[in-house]
Amino acid sequence: MATTDVPMLRGTTAVIVRPSRTLWGDAWHSFRRHRLAMAGLVTLTLIVLATLVGPLVWAQPINDIDFAHGLETPSLTHPFGTDNLGQDLLARAMFGGRVSIAVGLTSVLLAITLGTAIGALAGYFGRLDNPLMRLTDLFLSLPVLPLLLVSIFLFRDALRTTLGPEVGVFLMIVGVIAILTWMPVARLVRASFLSLKQKEFVEAARAVGDTDSRIIFKHILPNVLSPVLVAATIGVGGAIITESTLSFLGLGFPPDQPTWGRILFDAKDYLDTSPHWAIIPGLCIFLTVLSINFIGDGLRDALDPRKTS
Amino acid sequence: MGRYILRRLVIAIPTLIVISFVIYAILAISPIDPLASFGNDPRVPPEVRERIRISLGLDQPWPIRYVKWATSIAQGDLGYSFMSHTPVLGLILQRLPNTLAVVGVAYLVGIAFALPIGMLSAVKRYSIWDNLATTLSFAGFALPTFFTGLLFIIIFSISLKWLPFIYDSNLKVTDLASFGAQLKQSIMPIMVLGFFNTAVLTRYIRSEMLEHLPLDYVRTARSKGLSERVVIIGHVLRNSLIPVVTLIALGVPTVFGGAIVTEQIFRIPGIGEQLVRSVFDGDIPMVAGIVLIFAVLVVLFNLLADVAYAVLDPRIKFS
Repeated sequence: MATTDVPMLRGTTAVIVRPSRTLWGDAWHSFRRHRLAMAGLVTLTLIVLATLVGPLVWAQPINDIDFAHGLETPSLTHPFGTDNLGQDLLARAMFGGRVSIAVGLTSVLLAITLGTAIGALAGYFGRLDNPLMRLTDLFLSLPVLPLLLVSIFLFRDALRTTLGPEVGVFLMIVGVIAILTWMPVARLVRASFLSLKQKEFVEAARAVGDTDSRIIFKHILPNVLSPVLVAATIGVGGAIITESTLSFLGLGFPPDQPTWGRILFDAKDYLDTSPHWAIIPGLCIFLTVLSINFIGDGLRDALDPRKTS
Repeated sequence: MGRYILRRLVIAIPTLIVISFVIYAILAISPIDPLASFGNDPRVPPEVRERIRISLGLDQPWPIRYVKWATSIAQGDLGYSFMSHTPVLGLILQRLPNTLAVVGVAYLVGIAFALPIGMLSAVKRYSIWDNLATTLSFAGFALPTFFTGLLFIIIFSISLKWLPFIYDSNLKVTDLASFGAQLKQSIMPIMVLGFFNTAVLTRYIRSEMLEHLPLDYVRTARSKGLSERVVIIGHVLRNSLIPVVTLIALGVPTVFGGAIVTEQIFRIPGIGEQLVRSVFDGDIPMVAGIVLIFAVLVVLFNLLADVAYAVLDPRIKFS
């Protein structure tokens, strides 16, 4: 608590108690005033809760085939309707969200770890800068989606047999997305490292005999955390779209493990009779990614040191 | 200037060599057997299959096979498709114009919409127009291309019955009526990518202009008595567009990815649709060829962006 003595009239003093201010407290304060970001946060929380808790409450099986109730429009028994096999779309959308969001989070976690490591090494050690940045530029000019399609097609069966159908496909999609999307984070971290390592506090740390690893982890890395956090937030949205694109092209998860993209892939031949089947998973992706992007935008404003408030 | 372009070209070549190596390595270390289509045929005895394998050079280690493959590619030979038994390069060249047309027109649409929207958005920041434009571009970012495509089909083909949802590749433009039909069937695929491009470009142009608006040179221009139009278009927009060019180049792989999806939805005979089909057919020469062509396109567009950057920004020296 920070206290200030304020001289009052008639010679008395009053003490004004202000809560101490922290970086994250300030950021949260300014984030809360970003209306779209707050709306995004609320929507995303609801969606995540629905995918986590929803299947426990709405205990409809996702893979039970019931041709008598196929292609039904939304009703009380099936609030999102059913697909051509009579499977309940609400249950499938909630389960699919789990997979889609998990893929998004895991692949971004991997990508920022990789990107931060490469960016930090390139920015801190001058000798590594050129080769590592050449590598980054090279990866930036790779045709991402074609390579994703090809590698998933080639390695899907092998991984499915060694690690099981669910874990194998999950790990592969997450891994391949991470390997092909770490580059922007690496560039960002490198640029910050290049400017920060010239600063006095780094010089001071070196003067008292800190090791390179201590300077990197204790002194520089915390300062690049906020731009990385913003990039990671936006990245989750991108990864969810990439995963659903793969599933939509038929090269993602198998049909008995629905994801939002996979449900759309199955729905695309029934657009004329049951458009709801395609619109529901599409809206799920749209709302999730939109909320994530708004949160990212709010975070960017909230963590911007140049902000006036 | 000429030397600068030449130097960029020389840098692009090793990039392409490494990319081709990566593509080949992925194909070579994968557990998929390139002879699988023969392997499924029970009439081929194992010793014959072994002889085919040796005659195709498949008994050699893959780095050697890569060198042979790369040498023949350098001479313009991408091999033969397993499925159609015709040269890969011919098939690609036949389909490439369709892909380039969709991507190119979508970029033009994006620029045509994004320039005025982004400019207005930045100049009148936090106005109703800005909020509307920001909301729309956020929507454009969050809508995956395949969902936009399906939404367009549901709205314009199924509900309103205005546009056809299958692209008829046999349509020849001979008169006004067939030109109209061509226009009608091209609108949706182009708008799917065009909408995405508009969203991205609007965002870039708006934020770059916002960076430039409070700068000293803008105040100088105003105090010289220049009209607001000249200040905004002649000074601010011109300077803001320089970094936008680089941002566009970085987005090229995403747009080609979007083209694959769009071609798949509307059945446009481009290289993206062929890629998905060849992947499912296990047609390895075709897959390798198309991925390589995508890589060439991305590198080429990056090169163009670099050159455009140098032309636009006089501070870049051509030494």
